[in-house]
Amino acid sequence: MSFLSYLINGVSLGSIYAIIALGYTMVYGIAKMLNFAHGDVIMIGAFIVLNALNVMNLPLIPAILVAVVGCTVLGIVIERVAYRPLRNASSPLAVLITAIGVSYLLQNVALLIFGADTVSFPNKITLPALSLADGNLVISSVTIITIVACIVIMAGLMLFINKTKAGQAMLAVSEDKGAAQLMGINVDGTIALTFAIGSALAAIAGFLLCTAYPSLNPYTGSMPGIKAFVAAVFGGIGSVPGAMIGGILLGIIEIFAKAYISSQMADAIVFAVLIVVLLVKPTGLLGKKIQEKV
Amino acid sequence: MAMLEVKDLQVFYGMIQAIKGISFEVNEGETVALIGANGAGKTTILHTVTGLLSPKKGSVVFEGKEITKIPAHKIVSLGMAHVPEGRRVFAQLSVYQNLKMGAYTRKDKAEIDEMLETVYKRFPRLKERQNQMAGTLSGGEQQMLAMGRALMSKPKIVLLDEPSMGLSPILVNEIFDIIQSLNKAGTTVLLVEQNAKKALSIADRAYVLETGRIVQSGDAQVLLNDESIKKAYLGE
Repeated sequence: MSFLSYLINGVSLGSIYAIIALGYTMVYGIAKMLNFAHGDVIMIGAFIVLNALNVMNLPLIPAILVAVVGCTVLGIVIERVAYRPLRNASSPLAVLITAIGVSYLLQNVALLIFGADTVSFPNKITLPALSLADGNLVISSVTIITIVACIVIMAGLMLFINKTKAGQAMLAVSEDKGAAQLMGINVDGTIALTFAIGSALAAIAGFLLCTAYPSLNPYTGSMPGIKAFVAAVFGGIGSVPGAMIGGILLGIIEIFAKAYISSQMADAIVFAVLIVVLLVKPTGLLGKKIQEKV
Repeated sequence: MAMLEVKDLQVFYGMIQAIKGISFEVNEGETVALIGANGAGKTTILHTVTGLLSPKKGSVVFEGKEITKIPAHKIVSLGMAHVPEGRRVFAQLSVYQNLKMGAYTRKDKAEIDEMLETVYKRFPRLKERQNQMAGTLSGGEQQMLAMGRALMSKPKIVLLDEPSMGLSPILVNEIFDIIQSLNKAGTTVLLVEQNAKKALSIADRAYVLETGRIVQSGDAQVLLNDESIKKAYLGE
């Protein structure tokens, strides 16, 4: 039974990684940049939820919505102020280094506003746990909600990309910005929309992460951010289903490593997986090697 | 008044001046060719006309409206479609999705479906392959797709950049026949070509470019029989 319970916990943790990884992979696919500040947007999102609950005394759902709106605005502002001016910079390193700078900026702004102390995050999900097999397998409501949220987000995103005009514009921009412009697609607007979606998802991920692992400080987002990046690369960066599969596999690997090998070694094992994947299949599990006939 | 009027265009890549003051015009209903060797600046001119590049000096006027400062994504809805060099179809999308992308700025669904039928009628092979990924098409089919995609916006003028590039002679003939019939159906054509002989054979007028300048211009038939043109561009 413990195996099954580890597996479910792994899927749950992996679902959080997957939601974060979606932000990485969409931004990479469309803007061709790695937004290393993405993890810190999660932390900001979690702080907004916390303050909306404790300071503004909002109920849970409105508190999450406030965080979603806040992070969406933050994502758009970051893109507009820090990344867009560098889009046509001669070196792609310029925007990468800026992203690292934005990451530190967010951490330090959070330090200034919220302080360095780790605060505990309240568990507002009060639904009863699911008890299976005569109480031998107990699945907490947080775990279930996290997995369901991941599936809903994933399905919603796939529908959005494949069925809406804005989603089709994203596909076009991800392939060829110049040709997309010739079709009448506003490339800057499409990239801003991508950041908005990724950041909104980061707010949700921040809430789920801190509900499952209830401690929060200005550095909370950085490790899950890096791991979600690993998940995105693992699944094939640029691929939306890849982010989902990569995230969930990574969560399972991490929980199994903690349970069966060593909890200290778990992170090392996660990153070792990245190295092995990159050696064996550099494009990731679902990454496409684009072959074009000319 | 000319439909498209380019006046004293100057374009730079950093310090290098690619276009050194070019003026030309395209009248409604015409097929106008810009011919010249590799590096003469033909593609740069088209990119500047449709806003992918911005000129240092000069202006582009379309139907009496100055469009020099209008961003690229707003040009297509004015009635100008650009078929870029190397086709640049969306390789990971299906033929059908590519064509729909061409109608991105159009809102009327019935009109889009009607255009789709028209394009499929003109390019029956695209209909056969409508669910295939564009990247798996042959070069000729990709060229047809790129042209069909441009037509989906119902343009008044199409800008064609090297439509013959990398195609077999039979396909080149086929593509040029299509361009001719497009023009007969009422679409104005601005054609950029290295294949000067082919371009001159279907164009009404032509401009000859050399390293960023127009060195000769006039009636296409006259240019086709011009001794210096024959020597430099027609290999005779």
